[in-house]
Amino acid sequence: MIIKLNYPVIVFEDVWFSYSDLEPILRGVNLRINEGEVIAILGENGAGKTTLIKHLNGLLKPTHGNVYIYGENTKNTSVAKLSKKVGIVFQNPDHQLFAETVEDEVSFALRNFNYPEHIISLRVEKILKMLDLWEYRKVSPFSLSGGERKRVAIASILSYDPSIIVMDEPTIGQDYAQKQKLSEIIRLLHIQGKTIIVVTHDIEFVCENFPKTIILSQGKVLAYDLTRNILTNFELLLKARLLPPQIPYLASRFDSIVSKNVLYVWEMRDELLRAIRR
Amino acid sequence: MNPIIEALNLSFRYSGEERWAIKSINLKIYPGEFVLITGPSGCGKTTLCRCFNGLIPHFYEGELKGILTVDGLNIAENKTCKLAQRVGMVFQNPENQLIMLSVEDEIAFGLENLNLPRDIIRERVDEVLSILGIEHLRHKFPYELSGGEQQKVAIAACLAMRPKILVLDEPTAHLDPLSSKVLFDTLSSIRKRLNLTIILVEHRLDMVASITDKVIVMDKGQIILQGRPREVFTNPIIKAIGIGVPKLILLYEDLLLNNLKLDFPPLNIDEAELLLRKLLSR
Repeated sequence: MIIKLNYPVIVFEDVWFSYSDLEPILRGVNLRINEGEVIAILGENGAGKTTLIKHLNGLLKPTHGNVYIYGENTKNTSVAKLSKKVGIVFQNPDHQLFAETVEDEVSFALRNFNYPEHIISLRVEKILKMLDLWEYRKVSPFSLSGGERKRVAIASILSYDPSIIVMDEPTIGQDYAQKQKLSEIIRLLHIQGKTIIVVTHDIEFVCENFPKTIILSQGKVLAYDLTRNILTNFELLLKARLLPPQIPYLASRFDSIVSKNVLYVWEMRDELLRAIRR
Repeated sequence: MNPIIEALNLSFRYSGEERWAIKSINLKIYPGEFVLITGPSGCGKTTLCRCFNGLIPHFYEGELKGILTVDGLNIAENKTCKLAQRVGMVFQNPENQLIMLSVEDEIAFGLENLNLPRDIIRERVDEVLSILGIEHLRHKFPYELSGGEQQKVAIAACLAMRPKILVLDEPTAHLDPLSSKVLFDTLSSIRKRLNLTIILVEHRLDMVASITDKVIVMDKGQIILQGRPREVFTNPIIKAIGIGVPKLILLYEDLLLNNLKLDFPPLNIDEAELLLRKLLSR
């Protein structure tokens, strides 16, 4: 059984960040994320999403304010140490892949952390099979398609089992079936008690997989709430250059007969059936 | 009307590979049509697009069988430079396509290569900047633009060549939802204005369902379904091969299972609202 700790494993305290003397990208971010939460981060291009997640393993340190991971201030610890706890899959897999074979790529971190070889090979096999990459284990990551390379990048992070898993735009270049696969993996990691944070533009994907959502806009947290409350608040969505998912949007046209926070197809169907049979 | 693109048993495999990337493709696309090509990763969508401007077989080597005619030209017999004037290509990541130091120069680049006189180039640059509503970006450096703006510049650079056909391979993959919608609305309006034939490769069907005339579904290198969006989206095959059907279509089907029949499968919110109101007033 997984015992969830009831304290925040990620804390942002009035975090500001700017590169040299340019305009700040983060402007006073405050966040508390508990262990085991599954959270989507939404926001327009340039909202600061990628900058924010780079603070989670100390790649970036706040210009002002503090970030605490498991209670430890990222300013007082190294990226290497934080990376054991926080695995980040970046948006462009090519910035992250470098090994000669998929297998080497996925075992790299494990070797670095000095795991015994037989454990490494077991872990790598499990992860590659889970991500439909087993048949490519001997080939170069660079001979794979964009979507496949992205999955290799995900595999190389999952292989060493960090407790906080962060993914930047994992659905880009993935077709529907692979997105379903990704949803399954997120559910599995959730059951294992992992804290999961995913940056995405894919609102239908958020609808189906994430209980909570953060909206980032112009370097600030515009909202942090249940996904249902966020995706049915159109004013909020528009502010962040997002569009409502189809079902809530349709539901809003029938606000006299359909309740306000309908999110899924089956909910809309039930509401309509009720209205008709009344 | 004659088709502007016609494929007859078109097959291609990349050199060194056993598998045919596309197999026995037959299709006809008519002038002014807005065609959506979709299908799982690796189904051959990108390979097919590369044929439209002759990148296959002239740049990517391999074995080509069958015939593809684009605006009357057989791609096997005409070089990419000739085809490229008729077919503009826009790719997933605009950064890979933008090379110049200002938006204006970027758009002029292709025209300069055609050795057009300066005043014609200036006229065309002005024209496409206005068509896409990006006059204010004229002197900007392409790299300082947002993803959506960059993608519009890439499209403007294509349109400046006055192609008859515009091919876009997942053009909104890196854009936020609102920028994507703006881009699709722009495409929908320019194609009417310029009588452009548009071929769009896209996974997210909900955003484009109501602006396309024809949907082509590919799987494992073959076309397995083609037709009007309403017919294609409600065909059970599409779910079997794992394509994300728009939620409005799912609602239509779900209501049908409960003996509530909307007059037709809705492709956008306005249609859905209208059909549901009709149903509720019965």
